[in-house]
Amino acid sequence: MISFTLNGQPVTIDARPTRRLSEVLREDLGQRGTKVGCDAGDCGACTVLLDGRATCACLLPAARAEGRHIQTVEADTPVLTRLRAAFLRHGAAQCGICTPGMLMAAADLLSHTPNPSAAQAEQALGGVLCRCTGYRKIIAAVCDATHVAPPAPQPDGPSIGQPIPRLDGTDKVNGDVFGADHAPEGALILRAIRSPHPHAAFTFGDLAAYAARPGIAAVFTAADIPGRNAFGVIPAFADQPALAPSPARFRGEAVALLALEPGADPDLSDFPVTWQPLPALTDPATAEGAQDPVHANRPGNLLVQGRVRKGDTAAALAASAHVVEGSITTAFVEHAYIEPEAGTAWMEGDTLCIRACTQAPVMDRDDTAALLALPPDRVRIIPSAVGGGFGSKLDLSLQPLLGLAALKLRRPVRMIYSRTESMASTTKRHPARMSGRIGCDATGRITALEFDGLFDTGAYASWGPTVANRVPVHATGPYLTPNVHTTARAIHTNNPVSGAFRGFGVPQAAIWQETLYDRLADKAGLDRLDFRLSNALRDGDASATGQILGATGIADCLTALRPHWQRALAEAKAHPHRGVGIASCWYGCGNTSLPNPSTIRIGLTRDGALILHQGATDIGQGSNTVISQIAADALGLPLRHIRLIGPDTALTPDAGKTSASRQTYVSGRAAQDSARRLRAAILRHANASDAATLSLDGPTLTISDAGTTHRIDLATLPADPLGYALSAEATYDPPTAPLDENGQGRPYAVYGYGAQMVELSVDPALGTVTLHRITAAHDLGRVINPLLATGQIEGGIAQGIGLALMEEYIPGRTENLHDYLIPTTSDVPPITSILIEVPDPEGPSGAKGLGEHVLIPTAPAILNAIRHATGAEITRLPALPHRILAAIKGAQT
Amino acid sequence: MRYARPQTLPDALALLADGTARVLAGGTDLYPATQAADLAGAIVDLAAIPTLAGIDRSAQGLRIGAATPWSALAEAPLPPALRALQQAALHVGGRQIQNAGTLGGNLCNASPAADGVPPLLALDAQVDLASATGTRRLPLSDFILGPRRTALQKGELLTAILIPEHALPGTATFAKLGARAHLVISIVMVAANIHLDAGRITTARLAVGACGPVATRLPALEARLTGLTLAEAQDAITETALAPHLAPIDDLRASATYRLGAATELLRRVIAGCAP
Repeated sequence: MISFTLNGQPVTIDARPTRRLSEVLREDLGQRGTKVGCDAGDCGACTVLLDGRATCACLLPAARAEGRHIQTVEADTPVLTRLRAAFLRHGAAQCGICTPGMLMAAADLLSHTPNPSAAQAEQALGGVLCRCTGYRKIIAAVCDATHVAPPAPQPDGPSIGQPIPRLDGTDKVNGDVFGADHAPEGALILRAIRSPHPHAAFTFGDLAAYAARPGIAAVFTAADIPGRNAFGVIPAFADQPALAPSPARFRGEAVALLALEPGADPDLSDFPVTWQPLPALTDPATAEGAQDPVHANRPGNLLVQGRVRKGDTAAALAASAHVVEGSITTAFVEHAYIEPEAGTAWMEGDTLCIRACTQAPVMDRDDTAALLALPPDRVRIIPSAVGGGFGSKLDLSLQPLLGLAALKLRRPVRMIYSRTESMASTTKRHPARMSGRIGCDATGRITALEFDGLFDTGAYASWGPTVANRVPVHATGPYLTPNVHTTARAIHTNNPVSGAFRGFGVPQAAIWQETLYDRLADKAGLDRLDFRLSNALRDGDASATGQILGATGIADCLTALRPHWQRALAEAKAHPHRGVGIASCWYGCGNTSLPNPSTIRIGLTRDGALILHQGATDIGQGSNTVISQIAADALGLPLRHIRLIGPDTALTPDAGKTSASRQTYVSGRAAQDSARRLRAAILRHANASDAATLSLDGPTLTISDAGTTHRIDLATLPADPLGYALSAEATYDPPTAPLDENGQGRPYAVYGYGAQMVELSVDPALGTVTLHRITAAHDLGRVINPLLATGQIEGGIAQGIGLALMEEYIPGRTENLHDYLIPTTSDVPPITSILIEVPDPEGPSGAKGLGEHVLIPTAPAILNAIRHATGAEITRLPALPHRILAAIKGAQT
Repeated sequence: MRYARPQTLPDALALLADGTARVLAGGTDLYPATQAADLAGAIVDLAAIPTLAGIDRSAQGLRIGAATPWSALAEAPLPPALRALQQAALHVGGRQIQNAGTLGGNLCNASPAADGVPPLLALDAQVDLASATGTRRLPLSDFILGPRRTALQKGELLTAILIPEHALPGTATFAKLGARAHLVISIVMVAANIHLDAGRITTARLAVGACGPVATRLPALEARLTGLTLAEAQDAITETALAPHLAPIDDLRASATYRLGAATELLRRVIAGCAP
């Protein structure tokens, strides 16, 4: 027996002495506020206080707690109260998975340093990784936790434009309930057997004998999948098995699934499988055109080729005053959300319920149903809180495995990926090999652009087609380009599956185009910002796809940066090895020329509750809050009345997936339309004009219009078919048009724009980079919530820093968070956000998407600043110190 | 015996004698090596043996208990000769790891990128090894034999690190180079320990880590620094002078060529950093 004090209360527990304390807290004591991100001390999510000092609970033997004081996020102390309030005020929690670890590390700091500097806070929190926030709001919150100041009360009037703390924030700062934190009584534990090879045939031994071992409830293989054993986010390309039949096509692919009795810990190392490694295509250039393709029905390993053809590029380049040519190679990039995939499943009657982390509940439902040969209405997806997604949790991961076991065994099941399993088996950002030319005339006006990109799409289709189609459309950047010839090919290999990662290939292409534009501006003798501004897309210009654009905000963003640019250039002149870089972005919101409707429902109950059925998964970006704000303002009632339901495929209409920067725009527009319909119904009831104001007090809805007051007693209204006194639903689908064979058409209804400026120093002897400041101007159309918007900007910039300077996923080599590096507290410099509003008539209150835009300019702006500081032209990412130093030497010779 | 938490060193050594049990100190290497919720096999937990932790001064020098955690090292009032070790202590993982991980564990884990090794090599550190049958003392340079390989014999425990009296004068500086700010595995790290008399070097000890299978001292180069000023010493540190003594490799973190150059540059900087 082990006895200790947990958050002030004595605890005695019968646990093995070397069991991880994190397991004791979470599984034996049911205290799941403490999160586990890696089980290796690399992420700090499990930070608890041991006699007041921060330690990783995953590395602490339970016996070491004996007689000691353990404090977790469940504690109620004055310091934690101040920290929680500060985290809410500053928007320091986005997805919330790192928040408990951050709070505990900060509590340790504040116990001996009550007024820390930012540098002290960065040092104290340097052992906790966050993938959402970019850390700056966390550091600000810790430095501002000296007092208890509750968030400002929500406004009585309109909420759009107000910095409202996230509505789900209280859960986040108390240890939210993520995929791993729901544990039905008696749930079986699922474990997958995965391929250790990138390409291997395999055979099983005596599975029945293995399944008869103590502690093993069942063993499943591909043969047990009742339906179509091929899933995929784009139905026409669905090709990925939930459990692979032989051969396995990538390292980490699941081939068998074990269901273990609770508490059983059998040795899985002798699972009866024999591997026969096969030749593996791991180089996309070799894979392209190879004789034996990864999929027999995709000759030459070509999944999809996207292209745009406009004008006569060759002739225009030949006639150009200046032409630059260049190539860029990028790496696999891992999403590295701090929450490894996790979830549970159980049967409710004949309905299979799956509660797991996801970005796309309805897609999960439909694909899981197809795999399990169930009608979709017999699968219910209940998203857990999501500890970061960034695109990877759009694809199925453990949902079909959970579903298969729960369905076959009729028992609740639970599965939690290890960090290594998460990194090895889920999707990555496409590595890209890009080359081409850009020309301009003697005055610096862009004449033509040629681009060819080879994207390693890995073993299965996932979002490869989307990347191949999105990149050619965006490869010009937000600049008027009369002649365009762009091609992107998604090529299969036996590498990890490349899928969606914040930007769908556009960030890679932006690295190529924006670094070339710097060289082109130099050749034309123009200031790099002026060059961009003079070529910026304006209202009425035609894009590469021939779409006539409106609400173009790029010139406003560049103009807003100009004073900062001039200051930074002057400062750089005064400091050796200092560089300033700039890059722009544009990004179409929503699917490329494909439908992606969202439906939102809103209703008033007969007892006066205002319910918003909000099916857009909030993975930390803030849709729970933003969509509520839009709905409240469109209805004309204060935000505080809104009660959220969902997402849950049984309770919320389909609001589509959280991807493509579409939720604020598309689901927000559906929310606006549904709330306006509800308002119209109310006004009809009262025979009032649209100028009327509404108020709600219990079941009494008061409508005041031009001096007259009308009251509706909701309790007296009959329930409508949905059970509400009054309700409305609306669907919005962006008006787009298909692209023709030359990529001409209207792929998106709304585009967002942005530009970022980076100030840094390069150590000329070591090739290391110190970032000083990043200034980001983004056109959001209309700022719904500046606190959340700046949170998106800062978080996207942090991921852009990682993409530029440190991140490279290598299968079998960087399958953990100490070999795979993501930015830590001190890697993200102070960030100044400038919010620009050029309203788009399609968006709710004019709003555009932002979530992906924010990552796109960062990496090229960093590379451009490195070149400005040193002359070094980086052609392979990440720009690790040795690559930068080699490029510096290359520039000097 | 699956788990034991002995109170005394003799009890621990008796439990370890047959060589089957693993030693649990800070746990920062044992737990990451498994994905299980528990450690497998027999474990001897050193946490309850008071003599294994702490820092003591004796006539022979400074004794650092092998189970002393990094944060205790960083916070202890120690002479400037140990500054490099204290700087290294603040670069091992984050605060959480520094509160748990131990100096002895860092040495026994024998990673080529172990943060504690270059500062200790530059202090002529020795290690005390004890077993049920006796004790012995080795220079640290003879203790770490290769990646994940030490001179520990069956039943032996690293009990303490000794900084000999002759190494305690002087000033030491540490530098570590990685691709991010915190939680970083070194691309290169260096330590210098320099004693000056009237502005001229009387003793210089230099060590480089992550540039070969084991961290290494640079005796030939050190000898050439005697009598030089710090500025002259920096000029004496060249890639040509260093190359014969290092064996850097190309890996995912950096190229071998880069490592040699970076080691050269960092050595110059830590030598400069030893100015009084």
